[in-house]
Amino acid sequence: MIPLSWYLIVSAILFCIGLYGVLSRRNAIAILMGVELMLNAVNINLVAFWRYLTPDRSIGLAWATFVLSVAAAEAAVGLAMIITVYRRRDSVVAEELDLMKN
Amino acid sequence: MTQQVIFIILSVVLIVSAILVVTLRNLFHAALALMASFLGVAGYYVLLEAGFLGMAQLLVYIGAISILIIFAVMMTRRLMQTIETPFNSQPIVGLLGAGLLLVILIVVITGLYSVTPGAESLLGMAPPVEPVIIESSVARLGRAFVSADGFLLPFILISILLLAALVGSIYIAWPKHEEENS
Repeated sequence: MIPLSWYLIVSAILFCIGLYGVLSRRNAIAILMGVELMLNAVNINLVAFWRYLTPDRSIGLAWATFVLSVAAAEAAVGLAMIITVYRRRDSVVAEELDLMKN
Repeated sequence: MTQQVIFIILSVVLIVSAILVVTLRNLFHAALALMASFLGVAGYYVLLEAGFLGMAQLLVYIGAISILIIFAVMMTRRLMQTIETPFNSQPIVGLLGAGLLLVILIVVITGLYSVTPGAESLLGMAPPVEPVIIESSVARLGRAFVSADGFLLPFILISILLLAALVGSIYIAWPKHEEENS
């Protein structure tokens, strides 16, 4: 007896918390954590719509699986880049990474 | 009723740990809170009768991505210090923007779907389906992944993407390559 809107509202809250993290954290790893929260919110929406609208087809589940794999690839490449940047510049603060500025 | 109680408990865990992720000073603690929020999302999947995705969530997010993030936090240790502020110069603007988006989303959602439980026509509850449909959903998903009129092309593209990510992250983080260039 859970309305669909409850899932959508919790997922909207989760998405906005993640967005706030992306917009206002200094550390690049923390920004990546915010992105992961946003991807999770999207996945909740996909699975909720699958269960409530088309439980006899597998579109929602398939796209949720794709989002999961893309998130894994994104985390692996992003963290490799962060570690490389840390090695070169001794910092992972997003504001200090201004090599391409000016 | 039981489902609603479970849903509310999961929501509280999820939202509190998500807020901790974006506000904690210590990044290691933030990564642990991130694991808790992933666990809450896995609980949602189980509540939505998508047990396969819940399992995949446990394996991929909690098993792999969280560990990767914790490794990255530990390898960039200077940033685990708790003296500096965790926020950049625009936390207020970020809060305003995210809050505005949240208000818009909630207005749209409550306008489209009923918030009170019940009323199946307005999606006030999950439409009852035969258990066999839920049980065979994983088999249908697997068949959709390998059938040409299903998701065969995205499936192949995802595997190429994962291979590229694997090779790319090794190449980027390879120390020798660094020394040659500098």
